Amino acid sequence: MNWSRSLIAIAICVPIVFLLAFGLTRDPGEIPSPLPGKPAPAFALQVMDEEGVVSLEEHRGKVVVLNFWASWCLQCRDEHTDLSLAANMYRGRGVEFYGVLYNDTPENGRRWLTAMGGQSYPALLDQGSRTAIEYGLYGVPETFIIDQQGKVVHKKIGPTTVAELVSFIDPLLERAPTEPMIPTASPQETGTP
Amino acid sequence: MSRLPLVLLLAAAAAGGLSAQQPAPGQAPSMVEETQLERDTRALAAELRCVVCQGLSLQDSPSPLAQEMRAVIAEQLAAGRSREEVKAYFVEKYGEWVLLEPTASGFNLIVYVVPVLLLLGGAAFVFFTARKWTRRPPGASPPASVHTGEDAALR
Repeated sequence: MNWSRSLIAIAICVPIVFLLAFGLTRDPGEIPSPLPGKPAPAFALQVMDEEGVVSLEEHRGKVVVLNFWASWCLQCRDEHTDLSLAANMYRGRGVEFYGVLYNDTPENGRRWLTAMGGQSYPALLDQGSRTAIEYGLYGVPETFIIDQQGKVVHKKIGPTTVAELVSFIDPLLERAPTEPMIPTASPQETGTP
Repeated sequence: MSRLPLVLLLAAAAAGGLSAQQPAPGQAPSMVEETQLERDTRALAAELRCVVCQGLSLQDSPSPLAQEMRAVIAEQLAAGRSREEVKAYFVEKYGEWVLLEPTASGFNLIVYVVPVLLLLGGAAFVFFTARKWTRRPPGASPPASVHTGEDAALR
């Protein structure tokens, strides 16, 4: 009798403990993105303080680093120097960096960039956050690395670093001359991570 | 019971207030179309998760991103996309996570099946336990009077 009771208690408690262990060790604010491995959504965004529009199509054959930021975002301060440094490192090597201002006014963005000592790559304006939604954005900073074929290879949630950027960009530059153009993601790459 | 008309009145007022907050998307449609589009937008936004909140729907969230996402819903519905197509758009961008109600397939079935099984199991447990408690063991004599010992002591 006591044995069967103990077994029932264990059978009830163990799954609950495992469920709690699984649920409580996950960050509820972190959304698993379905984007990596898929073609990057197209965009055409106005350059801040300059004439002209930057679009993803015109960057075929180049690596694009798209960083979403805002003047009200504290973590964006942490990564700003690293992003500017990395953009300088890869200048003229087939890698373009862009900072997309998210949910902010150009005036605030301009003031922030001045206070941070400038930025080595262009800032873009995203009217109505449409590009942010296209990229499944839910906070800033978020950084997307897009390969030469226009495919998202990495999404970073939170501040990025030079080391992280290098670890994803360098392999793309190395494989670039031999790899043929792939218009869409291959089937095995479309699964969610 | 007597509060029902008041509750309905408040709900109607709240719905009216919500529809008043939403601007007409795109070109000015006629009044009838506008309200229908707003109603559809609101219904769909209530089924999608606000991505910058915890446990709030797009419809209930006051955040700027949720406002823009509601505007995207309205734009896409106005462009003739179906509810399922608009939902699929957000699932493509944010994953199935964005659906407040998970689809009833695969691993998600657990969410739908387990509560029913637990309910049935609980009901069965209560039924059999109660029967065991109330049923007297066969051949047992009726319980002796609790007063017997007392009576003897008093005698």
